[in-house]
Amino acid sequence: MVAGRLFPHADIFKWMSYGNDGKHPGCDNSYFGRREFSFTLDNDIYLRFQSFNSASELENAIKEKCPFKIDIGPVYSVDPAKRHAYAQGGDNNVFSPVERELIFDIDISDYDDVRYCCSGADVCLQCWPLMTAAIKVIDTALRDDFGFSHILWVYSGRRGVHCWVCDGKARRLTNEQRGAVADYFRVYKGNENSNKKVSLPGPVLHPFLARSYTDILRELFEEKLLSSQQIFSTEERYEKILSMIPDESVTSELRGKWQENRRSSNDINVSRWELLKHMLQSGKNKAQGLRRCVEEIVFAFTYPRLDMEVSKHMNHLLKAPFCVHPKTGRVCIPIDPQNCDEFDPTTVPTLSEVSMYMADDYLLICVTSCSGELLQELNTGCLRADVGNGMLI
Amino acid sequence: MSHDALSISCMTCRARESSFPAIFLVWRADIYKNLIGKKNSSIIVAELAPHTDGEEMEIVRPHRARTNHHNDAVSTLPLYRSAPSLEVRLEDFELFAMDRLRVLKGISDGLSRGKKPEEMEKLVKDLWKANMGHQDASEVVNKDIISHFVLRLVYCRTEDLRKWFLSMETALFRHRFGRERSDAQRALMAEFDLPCKPVSSAEFENLKEKLSQVARSIIGQQTPTADSIYYKVPFEEVPELVAGRRVFIHKGYAYVAMNQVVSLVVTQFRSNLSKALILTNRFSFKIFTSIMFRLSALVFLISFLYALSEVMHDFVLVLCATKCIIANTNIYKLSSVVAFAYRKWTSTIREQEKDRLTPIVEALCTSYLGPDYSRPKEFGEISINDLDQLAESSFPLCMRHLFVKLREDHHLKHGGRMQLGLFLKGVGLKLEDALAFWKAEFSQKVGAERFDKEYAYSIRHNYGREGKRTDYTPYSCQKIISSTPGVGDHHGCPYRHFSEENLRAAIGRMGVGGRAIEDVMDKVRNRHYQLACTLTFEAVHGSSCDAGINHPNQYLNDSQKILQAKVNAAL
Repeated sequence: MVAGRLFPHADIFKWMSYGNDGKHPGCDNSYFGRREFSFTLDNDIYLRFQSFNSASELENAIKEKCPFKIDIGPVYSVDPAKRHAYAQGGDNNVFSPVERELIFDIDISDYDDVRYCCSGADVCLQCWPLMTAAIKVIDTALRDDFGFSHILWVYSGRRGVHCWVCDGKARRLTNEQRGAVADYFRVYKGNENSNKKVSLPGPVLHPFLARSYTDILRELFEEKLLSSQQIFSTEERYEKILSMIPDESVTSELRGKWQENRRSSNDINVSRWELLKHMLQSGKNKAQGLRRCVEEIVFAFTYPRLDMEVSKHMNHLLKAPFCVHPKTGRVCIPIDPQNCDEFDPTTVPTLSEVSMYMADDYLLICVTSCSGELLQELNTGCLRADVGNGMLI
Repeated sequence: MSHDALSISCMTCRARESSFPAIFLVWRADIYKNLIGKKNSSIIVAELAPHTDGEEMEIVRPHRARTNHHNDAVSTLPLYRSAPSLEVRLEDFELFAMDRLRVLKGISDGLSRGKKPEEMEKLVKDLWKANMGHQDASEVVNKDIISHFVLRLVYCRTEDLRKWFLSMETALFRHRFGRERSDAQRALMAEFDLPCKPVSSAEFENLKEKLSQVARSIIGQQTPTADSIYYKVPFEEVPELVAGRRVFIHKGYAYVAMNQVVSLVVTQFRSNLSKALILTNRFSFKIFTSIMFRLSALVFLISFLYALSEVMHDFVLVLCATKCIIANTNIYKLSSVVAFAYRKWTSTIREQEKDRLTPIVEALCTSYLGPDYSRPKEFGEISINDLDQLAESSFPLCMRHLFVKLREDHHLKHGGRMQLGLFLKGVGLKLEDALAFWKAEFSQKVGAERFDKEYAYSIRHNYGREGKRTDYTPYSCQKIISSTPGVGDHHGCPYRHFSEENLRAAIGRMGVGGRAIEDVMDKVRNRHYQLACTLTFEAVHGSSCDAGINHPNQYLNDSQKILQAKVNAAL
C-alpha cells in the first residue's frame, strides 16, 4: 500500500540496471531480470527469488503484493524465478550468483559493551557518533585504499547503516575477495568469552589503521565519548578498561591513583584518561609494548564493528534503500558521507510525514533531508561511469 | 571375444581425439583376467588426457625428457597445468596416490592443530621427504605429477572433497614454492602470467614511507631498502595479504614485497586448480560414457569400479558412478553387467580388503569426510524434555555452553543458533520440536510473534524446508574450530576461543578438576583443541576415547554409548 505508492521503482530500476536498460548498444537486456528481489509481506510470508524485467513489472508487483520490506539479492546466472526449471537440466551449478554490490552492515546494537546511553536497537545522539565514525573510516578506506568511487550509504531505518559499493569491480568480487576486504577492516579478535577485544600486534600500525586513528577515532574518543558516555565514571566502567592492560603492576597503580583523585574539578573521565595515557606512554612502559594499549582501548571503544557475514557472501540479502522500517516507520534514506556529521537519525522522515506528499515528491523529501548530490550519483554517476569504462556486465 | 582382442580395442581407442579434460584408465586384458581369476602384479596404462583449454601439453616422459634438459635454475615444482601422458605400473599408481595422501593428511592435521607457519614449514618438508622423496630426481617429478592427477580424479566428485583437496594441495604448493630459490620463483611467476608489474623506482620513492610502515607493522618482515623489489597488483589478486593487512593498498592496487609473492602465486595456483577440479568432475562421467560405446563395456566397467574402489574405498560412490553410466547410456543390458561386476567386486575384493587396505585408507574416509551426522541413527528421536538432562550428561563443551547461554539469555546470535541448531538436529530433534524449543526461549526475550517472524524461518531452513531446501549437516570440529566468533557470539570451540580463565571455569563446571584440568590446558596451549576435548571427554566419562573427538555429534554418541553400557551393567 504505502511502498506501492512511494517506492522509487524507476530509480531503483535505473540504478540496478547499471546501464543495461536497453538504451545503449551492446547492453545485456537480461541483466536486471536476473536480480533477486525478496518481499516480506504483512502476514509474515517471505517471498524469495522474485525477479522483474522492467521498472513497471517491479512497480506492479509491489503495488499488488504490498510488501512491508523489500530485500535485494545478487544478480544470478539465470532468472532466479525460473531456477527450478534450470536445475532440472541436471547441472546444479547453473543457478549461481554472478554479481553483487559489495555491501556492509553496521548495527549500533553490536556496540552495547561500549555505550552506556542505550542498548539493543535503541539509538540516540550520544551514541550515533559511533556510526558516523564508522562511515568515515570505511568510506575513506573504500575510496583511497580500494579505489572504489560509487558508494552509497543508507540509514537502515532503525539501528544502523548499510553501505552499497556499486563499482563494476566491486560487484564482480568473489566471496573470497569479499571476505578479504571485510577482514582488512577487522581489528576485533575475541568474543563474549575472552577478554582481549582488540589486538594490534607489531611495532607500528598499518597505514590504514594509523590514519583511522589519528584522523577520526582518537578525536571521537577524547572529544566526544569520554564525557558523553562517561567512560571512566564508575568503578565497573574503569575496571573494564583496566582489564585491557596486560600488566598487573600498572593496573593496580592506576587503580590506586584513580581512587585518590575522586574530587577533581575537571571532568573525571578526562583526567583519568590523561593519567592512563601518561602512565602507559611514559618511558618505562613504552619499551614493554604497553604504549599500544592506549590505541587498543581507543579502537575497542570506537572502531567500526561490521557484521562480517553480510559482506562475505554474494548471496546475502540486504534491505533496499527507501524502504520504510516497519517498527520505526522511518524511511531508509541515503546518508552523504561527506556530511555525515550532520545526519540525525531522530529526525529522519517517518512514513506519516512522507505520506502527506504525493509520490512524485517522495524522493525530494529524502533529498532535502540529506544531500542532493547523492541521488545524483545514484541515478547518473554509477551508470555513466560504468558505460563510459565499457564495463557493461 | 578374446582377451587379446579386448586389449587391442583398448589400446586403439585411447580417445586421443576426445575433447574431454579428464583422466581415464585403460586396462589391459590381463588385468581383467586377474580380476576374474587370480590376482598378481599387473601393468596398466594410464592415459592422463590433456586439458582442452588450448594450453601446451606439459610432457613428462619418464626417464627421458626431464633428465635431458636438466638445469639448476629450472624448478622441479610442477604447476599441474595439464596432465602428462605417461605409463604407470598399477602398484605405483596406487602407491603414489597413497603417499601423496599421507602428505596431504599430515598437512591437514597440522593445520587443524593451528600450527604456526614455521612449524608447518618443517612439517611439510619432512612429510614430503618421507613420502615423496627418491634418489632419482626425475622419479620424484613423475611421482609428484602422477599422484596429483590421480587424486584430482578421486577428489573432484563432491564439493566437500574438492574443497579439502584444494586447500591441502594449495598449502603443499605454498610451502614448496617458498623453498625455491628466488630465480626459480621468478621463473614460476613468469609461467603463471600474473597480472602484476614491478614498482618503478620513482613510485617506490614516493611510497617508501608507507611501505616501510606496513613492513614494520608485521612482525618479522624486513623493512624495504632501495633495491627491494615490489610488485603492484590489483588488490583482489592477493586476498590473503589484504585480509591480514600485510600489504599497502592504494587506489585499488596492493604493493606486494618479493617475499610475499608466494601469496600471489598461490592464489593463482588455487584458482587454476579449483577450475580444473570442477571441469574434471563435470566431464569425467561423460568421457566414461563416450568411451563405453567404443570399448568393451565389461572391461571398462570392471576397471572403473576396481580403480575407484582401490583408490577411494568408497563403495557408495562406486555405485553412484555406475548408476550414472547406466542412466546416461541407457543401455539396459549393462545393468546385468554391472551386477556381475559388482558381485565379482564384492567377492574378490572384500576378501582381501582387510589386509590390503592400510589403516590410512580407513582414516581417509572416516576422519575428514566421515559421517556427516545429518541423520540421527543410533538413538533415534529425542524429545524436548530430555534435552536438559542430555546436555548435562553428554553435550561437548561447545554445545553445553551454547545451551546454557540460550537458557540464561533466551537468545543466541546467528552463529550460535546455527552451531547449536544443527547439532540438535543431528541429535534427533525433529523440526516441530526444534521450533518449540527455540520458541520457548526466544519468546521470553523477543516475544512469540517476533520469533515466528524473524527466527522460525532459519530453523525451518536448517531442516531443508525453506530456500534452496538443502538438508544442512551439523558442524564438525574443524569447522567450529576455524570459525571466528565476534562480539556477543558464544559459538566456536571453547578450547580455542575462550580465555584461559573462562575455559578453566567452564571445564570445572563439567566436573573436571585437578590433574585432568591441567592436562587439558596443556593441550590447549599446544593448540591441540580436539585432543583437549578428548581429554575432557575421558575425564567426564571415566573411560578412554581412542578415536579422538572429531565431531560434536560423535562426542554425544560416544558419550551415550558409555552411559548406556553403564546402565546395562547396573541392571
